[in-house]
Amino acid sequence: MKRLLFALGIVTLATAVPFLGIAAGRFDQKLSKDQQFAHALNRLTFGPRPGDIEKVRKMGVEKWIDLQLHPERLSENSILAAKLEPLETMQLAMWQILETYQRRPGPADFLKRVPAMALNTELTRLERQTILRGSPEEKMALLNSFDADRRRQIAASLPPDALAELPELRRESMALRQPPQFVNSELMEHKLYRAIYSNRQLEEVLVDFWLNHFNVFNGKGQGRFLLTSYERDAIRPLVLGRFKDMLLATARHPAMLYYLDNWQSQVPAEELPVQRPGPRRRPGLNENYGRELLELHTLGVDGGYTQQDVIAVARAFTGWTIRDPNRVAEYQFNPMMHDPKEKVVLGHTIPAGGDESDGLQVLDILARHPSTARFISKKLAQRFVADDPPQALVDRMAATFTKTDGDLREVLRTMFKSREFFSVGSWQAKLKSPLEMVVSAVRALDADAADVFALTQRIGELGQPLYGKAEPTGYPNTGEGWANTAGLLARINFASALVEGRVPGIRVAAIRFERKTPAAIAFELLSTPPSKQMEAALQAGLQNNQLTPATIASLVLASPDFQRR
Amino acid sequence: MITRRSFLQASMMSMTAVAGQATIPQWFVRAASQESKKNKILVAVFQRGAADGLNMVVPFFEKRYYELRPSLAVQAPGRQNGAIDLDGRFGLHPALQTLKPFWDSGQLAIVEAAGSHDPTRSHFDAQEFMESGTPGLKDTEDGWLNRALTPIGPDASPVRAISVGSQLPRALKGSRGGVAVNNLQQFQFGNRDTAGILESMYTTTADSRLHEAGKRTFESVRMIESINRRPYTPANGAQYVGNFGRGLQQVARLIKADAGVEVAFADIGGWDHHSNEAGQLNNVLREFGSSIAAFVRDMGDRMQDIVLVTMSEFGRTVKENGNAGTDHGHGDVMFVLGAPVKGRSIYGRWPGLEPEQLFEQRDLAVTTDFRDVLGELVRGHLGLSGEQVFPGHTPGQPLGLL
Repeated sequence: MKRLLFALGIVTLATAVPFLGIAAGRFDQKLSKDQQFAHALNRLTFGPRPGDIEKVRKMGVEKWIDLQLHPERLSENSILAAKLEPLETMQLAMWQILETYQRRPGPADFLKRVPAMALNTELTRLERQTILRGSPEEKMALLNSFDADRRRQIAASLPPDALAELPELRRESMALRQPPQFVNSELMEHKLYRAIYSNRQLEEVLVDFWLNHFNVFNGKGQGRFLLTSYERDAIRPLVLGRFKDMLLATARHPAMLYYLDNWQSQVPAEELPVQRPGPRRRPGLNENYGRELLELHTLGVDGGYTQQDVIAVARAFTGWTIRDPNRVAEYQFNPMMHDPKEKVVLGHTIPAGGDESDGLQVLDILARHPSTARFISKKLAQRFVADDPPQALVDRMAATFTKTDGDLREVLRTMFKSREFFSVGSWQAKLKSPLEMVVSAVRALDADAADVFALTQRIGELGQPLYGKAEPTGYPNTGEGWANTAGLLARINFASALVEGRVPGIRVAAIRFERKTPAAIAFELLSTPPSKQMEAALQAGLQNNQLTPATIASLVLASPDFQRR
Repeated sequence: MITRRSFLQASMMSMTAVAGQATIPQWFVRAASQESKKNKILVAVFQRGAADGLNMVVPFFEKRYYELRPSLAVQAPGRQNGAIDLDGRFGLHPALQTLKPFWDSGQLAIVEAAGSHDPTRSHFDAQEFMESGTPGLKDTEDGWLNRALTPIGPDASPVRAISVGSQLPRALKGSRGGVAVNNLQQFQFGNRDTAGILESMYTTTADSRLHEAGKRTFESVRMIESINRRPYTPANGAQYVGNFGRGLQQVARLIKADAGVEVAFADIGGWDHHSNEAGQLNNVLREFGSSIAAFVRDMGDRMQDIVLVTMSEFGRTVKENGNAGTDHGHGDVMFVLGAPVKGRSIYGRWPGLEPEQLFEQRDLAVTTDFRDVLGELVRGHLGLSGEQVFPGHTPGQPLGLL
């Protein structure tokens, strides 16, 4: 391999990386033009792709941001449509998903499911080796030499990773063997394809943000079958709309009703006029949703509510339930379950005799509450500006929130136009989440994602199983949660696996780094010059080691610089 | 027989071979040069999600318990699936049967009606408070278990404070060390040749979070690689169960390798049973009890130096809700286990379950501050000042756990 040398004089691309220790006025100092392009891309997208900086430069950063705020004006990437086309569950209604994938495999399926047995009985040793470790072409050639039934049987007995280069077969086999996991896997794959390929990047970032805000967990019973619709119908269309609309959509969605138990919450037993029989399902209030609605979805834990408010809110939402959650899974209001007595919520009296209107009224009170404006604004600023955003910025965003009745596009616009957003205080101040790290690496490498199944697994190993946060808090919005040994080690190992082609389904053309200097490789992947510490470490490394361009690329992706955005 | 010294010396040589020019840390040289002084170890187990203490340790003498939990109450000892009698008043949930031998042998103590006096019923806040060790204060930066260490010195082991899982818990955050380990076997670099280059990037970076995490990562990888080279089988037929068990087993392995563990933290989730509690609680208690029992068995004589303590952010409502579950409550139960413990005894004042005895007329009251339990262990077992670990807390009457 050719040894690369640092030409120090040439690579000093003059950018003084701001020293992080100085606090005063950092949010008043403006970024250079070049930094602004990289910054906008780092915050509004899942990381710049090669050439993105030039696009923003040509268009002008303000116009580019404005377009991202209006995704409907952006034409979508044609590659994305092709990637999404085979995902068969994404367009299905909840009842269709339940009908098709909820069933436990019957005896007839069992034969088709024959576990690893088939590999040993049906294949020779050489064939086994080919099928487990061969190239995609070799695998395909072998599988094509079998008839359709046998091919399916063999495929069904292979671990998903062994089929990662053959997504159609991998999907077919998963759908057969593990229908519920298949539904979930499609949702994760869909998320990653969009994050990697969509031109409407801000929309994807926001879907991720709001899904995490209104977290629902894929490991709680039936919930996994309802998540596809939850993201598609209750979150995605509303991320640039009014907060109140998303709040209502999530409140009514069976996925949320199920996850936070509201579908079972009823008027307390002793207050029923007639006692209904049945020992296990006695009526009674469930506070779970009421509490999280106040604490996590709207006011924030310091937003000024009491235990009495939690109970009153829970009572207001009695009767918001799911019609036949195993088959139909539709929202319905059931007056038989509703507590019609008077409620006092945050000082507002909701008179006795109400029905579904009680819950609607609560949502109205919450969506208009000043604590909500502040809480949501701060959380957005934490995602897009800095872990500890300037209070003045949060106040201005909250004012926009209140003035526009929670128009999220306008709140974002206030933030993106602020001097704090394009300031030194905001520059590279965020630690990437595992999802952001993985997707940004794939994008920076311009890798081809033939199948993202393995990638979804790796993100879990980095500490962020997709749709897998059990607690209603969602994943951390700040860097504190992500800077730890296990996560860091996994990031470092992921970086080398990715570049060396050891992540099944992801192809990286490392050839494009040939004959480039380390500084040029770093610049290409970071969209900004590397820090002087990183440069020094690479330079010292080159004196003692033979480093291929691909190795340098993997070091850049594993570096502290790349973990930040 | 491999002595600790010969093992460490052999490891040191292979470490030099693997790590190339990497310098051998001070703690390792020191550890290899002298016979080990077995240090005291505190293991904290967090039941994340608010465990139902009233069904873990059942107050079967309380009529109110059975009135308020018609479908969820654990039956009295002697009945079908009844509690396991401890003292004629309280009994263990039948799924905790594996812990009964330690009660009998006097190693297991139970603290009833323990918890935080802060009234919050938010999981997030209550966990935060319990892990920071400062209920009501949100700006405490470090965790109580981190403060339960001496300041970090040049010869401190990189794994002196470990947690199992992919995230470092709040309780272990702070300046005195703390690493998260997911799986010992996989705790190594895919590409060892370039690890040195990355190490210098992380040790020089201006980002303090990445600097700290990086430094600990590189040190602990070296340590754990040397431990991984020695085969490991749990002793005395110990059988760890589930994810929690696998976690405790990693802790056990590090302790038995004399790697210098001083405090350890393990999480077990899945306690937030707002509906259909009975079956789910049964499963999670089984994993909880069997794994702790396996840990004690595996540690064998080493339990002389170990105390394990369990906690959860708050308990659950005394009264069951409409969905055969329970909602967020207040007081809870803590287990304290180890050879130094004066076991076979229920500590703490039982507040009773009559309406006027309950906290806010619905939940088990807290009569023992969790900091009094942990503080006693910190003082008596680790030999540190309670004030250092729980600043601002005035300890109550000593319980006499040790």
